Order: sequence, then C-alpha cells, then structure tokens
Amino acid sequence: MGTTPTPLRRFMDYAVLSVLASVFVLPVIYLFLGSLKPSDEILNGLSGFLPTDLSFDNYSAVLSSLNSDSTGYFWRFMGISLLLAFVVVTGGLFVNSMAAYGLSRLKWRGREAVFTLILLLMLVPFESVAVPLFYMFNDQRNTLYILALPFIANAFSVYQFHTFFRSIPPSIEEAARIDGAGPWRTFFAIIVPMSKPAFASVAILTFLIQWGSFLWPVLMVSDPSVRPLPQEMSVFQGQQPPDWGQILAFGVLLVLPVLIVFAFFQRWFVQGVASSAVKG
Amino acid sequence: MSAPAVVGLIVFVGVPFGYAVVLSFYNVRLGSPLEPSFFGLEQYRRLFTDPDLSGPFLRALLNNLTFAVFVVPVQTALALALAILLNRKLKAIGLFRSLFFMPVVFPMALVAVIWRLILARSDQGMLNSALDAVSFGNWGAFDWLGDSATAMASIVVLSIWQGVGFQMVILLAGLQQIPGELYEAAELDRASRWQQFRHVTLPGIHSTLVFVAMLTSVLSFRVFDQVYVLVRGGGLDEDATRTVMYQAVTTAFDQNNIGQASAITVVFFLIVVVLTLIQRRVVRPGNED
Repeated sequence: MGTTPTPLRRFMDYAVLSVLASVFVLPVIYLFLGSLKPSDEILNGLSGFLPTDLSFDNYSAVLSSLNSDSTGYFWRFMGISLLLAFVVVTGGLFVNSMAAYGLSRLKWRGREAVFTLILLLMLVPFESVAVPLFYMFNDQRNTLYILALPFIANAFSVYQFHTFFRSIPPSIEEAARIDGAGPWRTFFAIIVPMSKPAFASVAILTFLIQWGSFLWPVLMVSDPSVRPLPQEMSVFQGQQPPDWGQILAFGVLLVLPVLIVFAFFQRWFVQGVASSAVKG
Repeated sequence: MSAPAVVGLIVFVGVPFGYAVVLSFYNVRLGSPLEPSFFGLEQYRRLFTDPDLSGPFLRALLNNLTFAVFVVPVQTALALALAILLNRKLKAIGLFRSLFFMPVVFPMALVAVIWRLILARSDQGMLNSALDAVSFGNWGAFDWLGDSATAMASIVVLSIWQGVGFQMVILLAGLQQIPGELYEAAELDRASRWQQFRHVTLPGIHSTLVFVAMLTSVLSFRVFDQVYVLVRGGGLDEDATRTVMYQAVTTAFDQNNIGQASAITVVFFLIVVVLTLIQRRVVRPGNED
C-alpha cells in the first residue's frame, strides 16, 4: 500500500504467500510426480512426494490400454474434446459477437425486447434445462453435434460483447458508413479488429468451461466413441482396482492443454475473469 | 445479425426451460411404453410429502444448503485475504497470482480424482499420513470421503481449493480500483492497518464483495461434477453429499423418471433465480455511482 515495506515486512509477506501457495501447488505437484511413479508408490504416505523411480511408463500404459475397440482410444477422447472446444469457442465468438453488435449498434424494431429476453435467459443456468434438453434430444444421443450445439449461443457471452461494443465511439462507424460500408463490412473490418481484448477474454472463458464440461456428456453419451475426455476420466478412475499411476497420467493429459493455454494467455485469463465481473 | 444467437438461445435455453415446467406436470418415463399422462401438481406433492421421495430430496436440499453455508463465507473471506496479500508491489507477485489461480483451470472431474487420493481412507493417504506425522503416530486411517460426518466437509474443501482463485481475481480487480490517495490520506491521519482495511478497503470494494458472495452462492447451488465423480468411483458417502442437481440427474437417468426430474429442476431454478434477483438488487446501488 502507501509505505515502502521494511525488509522484515517483505520477508513476512513472502513467507505467508509461500505457505499459502503451497496449499494450492502441492496437490498439483502430487499429480505430476505421481503420474511419473509406479502405482504402488503413490498411495504411500508422504513419500508420494519423493521424486524417486520416475518414468513415463504410466503414460505409455494409458495410451496402450486405451487403444482398442473395447476400451476406447485415448487420442479419440482427446480429439473429441478438442473438436468440441474448437466448435463451441469459434462458433460462439461468431454468433455471440454478431448478436451483440446487432443489439448494441444497429437500430431495428424489437431490439429492446430481444435484449431483455437475452438478459432473462442469462438467469437460466444450464443445469435447470439439462433434463428437458436430454428428453427433447433423446434420439440424438451419442452424436457429436448435440454435444456442441447447445453451448454455442451463450447469453452471457452476448452480454460481455455488448458491454464492450457500447464503449466504442459511434464516430468510427460513421466514417465507415460515409465510405459506403454496410453493417457486415463495418463489423468485420472495423469493430472485430478493435475488439481483440473482448474476443480473447470470451474465448478463454468459453474454452475453460467447455474443456471441463461434464454434466451434458454424462447425460447424452453412453458410446465411448463420442465420449469427451473429462467423462472418460471419471470412467477411468472408477475402475477396480484403481491403477493410480495411470489415473494420474490420464489426469495430466487431461489438464495439459488448458495449462498450456493458461501459460501463454495468463493475463487474458485474469483480465477476462475480472472484467466480466466488475462490469457485470 | 443477431438472429443465429437468438435462435440458438431460444431453442436450447428458452424452449427447454418452458418444457421443464410442462414436463413437471406430467408423469413421463423414458423408455416406457406408457404415454405421458397429466399429473397436475402430483410430482411436486410427492417431492415434498411422499416419504420415499421427499426423504432423499429434502436431504439433497439440506446438503446444498450446508454446502453453501460453508463455502460462501469461507471462500469469500479466503479470496479477500488472498487478494489483499497479492495487491502489493512485490517481486514475483505475478507468479503468486498465477499459482493461486491455477486450480481454476483444472476440470472438476480431475480435481475430484486428485483429492480422492489426498483424502484416501488408508493410512497411506496423503492427509492421513501428514496427520500421523504431526501427531507422532497417534493418528490412524480415517475415511474422510466415506464417513458421513466428514464427506460434505471434504467436498467443501476441494471445491474451495478449485474455486477460490476465481473469486480472488475478481476481488483483486476491485481492490485495484480503489484510488491510492485514499490510503495516503488515511496514513496521514495515522490510521492503523486494520482501520485502513475497515474504512478504506471494505467500503471501496463493497459492491464487488457482495457480487462475489452472491455469485458464489449461485455457483455453489449448481454443485454436481465432484459429487457425481466421487460417488460413482471414489467411495463418497452418497446420502451426506447428494445435491439437488445430483438428485435430478439420477432421477432422470437411472430411474428414467423425467417428470419427477423436471419438477426437481424447476425447484432448483426457482432457488437460483431468487438468489440471482437478490444479487441484482443488492449490487445495483453500488454500481451506479
């Protein structure tokens, strides 16, 4: 805060921060170390933290045990999750930003009513429509598109874009209009390039939620050939007897894509979360 | 231009929501040869008064409430403490921010698995062996997830572990909007750190804090993934941790009783909507200045 901290105070700050950080980091270290250890050394008290006997055997075991028609294919689970995330994120960026542009910058009849409707739909959590959706699309179970479609249009994303677009000065679009650009051209050539931060934070939040998505696949997928990764993780960890080394290796493979994205786009993550809240 | 998203929202949110209300008035069973029949308020009556159904349902409501009562204050307070600690100019502060935030990116299905190992019932489980070490061997094997007294507490702990970074980041953004001059003025008035916290920090982030607390209560009501994963595969005590969403899914899915599950969903939605409306009402005055 205002004053320059004394060295002692600074040392204390680091000490407190490190102790707290260890609570958050140790389980993650345990996951990574465990994934490199023989299974019988993982549930072995505090020595689970000793970096002994490390190898990638668990990873090759996961990949080879999930490599047949009866057990499913690991890369297929991963591919399905990546595909769903890609479709939901890019499709969502498209339709939700366009919707927000139409609602914030174009004038048309019924605009206010539609915006109010979207604000109301924002109140409905996915959980409260999961059961009727499951019933409505029961004959579409085990198809890939039904896993993605319900999540592309997203009222909260529309709202986030809407908030951002409203802050763009109208004079910029007027200049484009004088040059003869229609609404589509104005949107794609001027508004989209200006709104990179909004696109980045919506993309990251959507990706994060979609990557962990669990409830909908639990309801809609029984066939392993269209099963996304988190659901397979839950099936895999329920096997008896559990092979802990392989389960943890599976877990690392599940979280690695998000951790990589997180490492590269850390600032966007944090800004995206923060801006959606403080403005909301 | 707005049409694709609006159509999507109506098809996948608006219609199913209305449908949930309709289905809850019917006796609908999946895969049953019987046609759905009108049931009136029977599903709701059963949910609250039929001993066989209301027992588990009321227990689920109570479990949700217990979860929220612990998670909301603890997680908010912890997030605030972390945000304050991280709101200083220290070297490597960015690293610490990322470390606290990291669990947020972990899918709940994986968080549940990691904590299943930490809380494992054998004396070789991480928590049990740590307690054994600090108690000089007086602590034995304890079944944290399977014991009804600690099952919910375990879910609370792992949920806070995963979620607190999210709230922390929001509060940190709120803290950074407090003008530094306010602290300088307080310091000139010889305000202690506690007084600065009481009279500058708290009023400065009041609306953010209320927002975070309400957001946490709405999210805490939606708890499902970790309970499902651990009940199915990890020896979690089902009665002590079954939540409303878990109940809805098992009713729809395992018992094929769509009408009943829809009634549960409608009750769930009403609770969430009341929480959200309270949130809007409480937060709005602070946002307008």
